[in-house]
This record gives sequence, structure tokens and C-alpha cells, in this order.
Amino acid sequence: MLVELIFVVIKILVVITVLLLGVAYMTWLERKVIGHMQVRLGPTHVGWKGLLQPIADGLKLVAKEDIIPTMVDKPVYIIAPLLSLIPALSAFAVIPFTNATVNLFGTEYHLYITDVNIGLLYVLALSSVGTYGIIMSGWASNSKYALLGSLRSSAQVISYETAMGLSLIGPVLLAGTVSLKGITEAQANGFWFIVPQFVAFVVYLISAIAETNRAPFDLPEAETELVAGFHVEYSSMKFAMFFLAEYANMYVVSSIATIVFLGGWNGPFGPSFIWFILKIVALMFFYLWLRATLPRLRFDQLMTLGWKILIPIALVNVVVTSIVLYAIN
Amino acid sequence: MEQLGFYILAFLAIISSIFMITRENPVHSALWMLLTFFSVAGIFVQLNAEFIAAIQVLVYAGAILVLYLFVVMLLNPKSKGFIRIPFRYVLGIVASFVIFVQVLLTLQSANVIGKAGVYTQEAYKQYGNVKLFGYELFSNYLVPFEVVSIMLLVAMIGAIVLAKKD
Repeated sequence: MLVELIFVVIKILVVITVLLLGVAYMTWLERKVIGHMQVRLGPTHVGWKGLLQPIADGLKLVAKEDIIPTMVDKPVYIIAPLLSLIPALSAFAVIPFTNATVNLFGTEYHLYITDVNIGLLYVLALSSVGTYGIIMSGWASNSKYALLGSLRSSAQVISYETAMGLSLIGPVLLAGTVSLKGITEAQANGFWFIVPQFVAFVVYLISAIAETNRAPFDLPEAETELVAGFHVEYSSMKFAMFFLAEYANMYVVSSIATIVFLGGWNGPFGPSFIWFILKIVALMFFYLWLRATLPRLRFDQLMTLGWKILIPIALVNVVVTSIVLYAIN
Repeated sequence: MEQLGFYILAFLAIISSIFMITRENPVHSALWMLLTFFSVAGIFVQLNAEFIAAIQVLVYAGAILVLYLFVVMLLNPKSKGFIRIPFRYVLGIVASFVIFVQVLLTLQSANVIGKAGVYTQEAYKQYGNVKLFGYELFSNYLVPFEVVSIMLLVAMIGAIVLAKKD
């Protein structure tokens, strides 16, 4: 019992540390990749090829003075960054990243934190709670730019959440379970759900990018019109928390895409862990590639795409998948 | 141990509901309501109803409360303070007490308190909460489910008709 408890705590610490490091190095990768795509070099000075740049950035943010403007609603202003970061990190409690087990004192333990039978719903619920961080920060900042940014952002997140949820129903029907481990195991024969559910995969990918407020759906933080959107009044570590939350959310949606559509830890050879990481990194690279390639959408285009195109396609996909499954069984 | 968890969650739910109805600022009320939803979701998890807990957070906290917040933030209604209208306050207490007694009497007469359900812990372990829930919903409770679906559809169409003025 005690061994199990200590083991779980260690697992949580390791997962969070790896995740935060991943977030830090994602910012490095983003600057490098976008730099090279725009024929620049990206960070080069701190460390070899700029590899220590994220550490320097982190130290700078921690060391900066934390300014709380006078007209803000203080308790809500302080809670808001936590409300966006904690759900993003908690989602990793149910992400099964490897099937390797470890033998401790005669009992087999799996290496991911836990597997609940509502895994996918748990992640969706947490991502919907993350919206509060954005809304609250915009409202509590008592600033027009922040409020406009947060309204845009929450409208966008709510619209695309529907399409995202609907696109995940197809694979869930195929797997017959909403447990993330169950979905991974259903694809163990090498028949990844991206093949029968390609439409759902595309819908999921687009809504996931919109859900995380990334380019070309980054209207909430459109620098040219809104300064920075909902986090304009935040400084120091509070600002960093929003930043961490955004990137952690990118990891969450990429992990879900990997597990649900790309077979999760399943790979032709080698350790399962490597395959999971490879798939996530490929998806993250796709994100960066999009950011360097596509111009930002207008707000009405964004809403049209979400409500009139993605949701109907996802609904049709659910109906077709159910009919085909019924016919086969 | 489980009892202790229940008491903590129930205490949180009650305290946050009280805070919710006594805050002057409607946005603060909404945040306390969020805490209430979470405590109730926690109680559902303790009752082996993980599916309902997830749906509770997903629908109530994730969608409905966000829409409330939108309205509250955009309209910015000024509260006149709940102490200043004592008559309605008294009326509210009486009304909620009557409804509370009614619910209690209904539960007593229906004779459902303390009875063991059909599904045991072992069944939950074997099939999982979602499967059992779906099975019950689509076999024993199919008619209520369909009625609710049609009701929601009507509400949806109504909202579209009202919103589309031309």
C-alpha cells in the first residue's frame, strides 16, 4: 500500500517534470522551426544552437517583478492563471504513454499514472474547465483589450469543443470504450483508427488547433489588434502560467490525437514509449508548420467553419460510422 | 474513510452554495457555483458513477455556467444587495423549505432510501460505468430518454427561430 502510494507520487512528479521540460523545449523548437521557415536562424546565443534559451526565459520570467494593476478584481485575477494551468496538467493523469510495466516487490505496476474507464470524457471535461481561466482573466483584468480577447477566446473554445467531442465519437464507437488504454489496445493489431476515421481525424485536428488558440485560429491574442488578448495585464510568473497552460494544452490535444487516431503507444518495433513521443512530436511540428504557413482567419470565417462545416461533417461521420458498425456486426 | 470523503465534499458543496447566493458580485457567485459543481461531481465519483461525474463537469461547468458568465459579463447587472429586500428573502426561504419537505416525503413514500441497487461493485469492475449506464438508458429508460431528446430538440429549434428575426 505504502509502496504503491510512493510510486504514484513519484510517477506524478516525473510526468509533470517531463511535461514542463517538454513545454520549455517546445518554445525553443517553435522559435527554431519558424525561424528557419522564415529564413532566419532563431535563437543561437544561449548555449549550443540556443538550447539553453528556454531555461534563460524561464529564469527571466520568475525573476521579473509581479505587477498587479490597481483596478483588478484581486482574488479572481490571482485564481485565473491557476484555473487554466491546473486542468491542463491534470489531464496527463490519464494519458497512457507506455505499456511497459515495472516489478516492485513482486507486484507489476504500469508506468502511466492511472487508467480510468471514462478517460476520454475526463480529458474533455478538464479542457472545458480550462475555459474559465481565459474568461476570468479577461474579466478580472478590468481592461478592454483583455475582455475582448477573453470573449473571443471563450466563444471560440465553446464552438470548437462541440466539433471536437463529436469527432471523437467515431473512434470511440469502433473501440467500444472511452478508456484511453482501451482505445489504444483496440488498435494493437496495427489497424489505426486514422484509416477508417480519416474525416474525424481532420475535424479533430482543426478543432484541436482552434481549441488551443493557435495560429491560424489565434484571434484571441491577435497581436496586431488586441495587443495580446486575455493575458495583457499579467506579468511575471502569472503570465508564464498562461504560457505554460497553452503549451501543455497543445500536448494534451496531441496526446489525445495520438491515442485515439494514431494508435497510441503501438509501433512496429522498439519500446512503446518512443513511438508515443515520436507521434506527439510529429503532431506538434505540424502545429508549427501551420503557424508559419497560414494567415489568421477572420472572426466570421472562424464561426462559419466551426458551426456550418465542422459540426455537420462530424455529425454525418457519427451517423455513418454507427450504421456501418451495425451492418458489420 | 469513504464517509470522511463524503463529508468533506458535502461540506464544500453546501458552503460554496451559500457563498454563491450571498455574493454581491454575480461573477463571484458563478465561480462559487463552479466549486459546487465540482464537489457534487466528487460525490458522484464516490458513488461509482464516474460517467455522471464527467458529464456533470462537462455540461454544467463546461457549457451552461460559461454561458451564464457570458451574459453576466456582458450585461454587468448591479446587485441591489440581498439584505435590502427582506420580503422576497422570507418568501424564498418558505418556498425552498416547502420544496425540501416535498422531496423528502416523495423519497419516503417511494421507499427507495437505503435499498441496494441491481448493479454490484463486481459488475462495475467487469463492465465499467459507461457500459452499464448506456445499457440501462437504452433499455429500461428508453421512453423517458426519447422524450427528453425531443424536448431538447424543440428547445433548440425554438432558440434558432427566436434568434433569427428576419
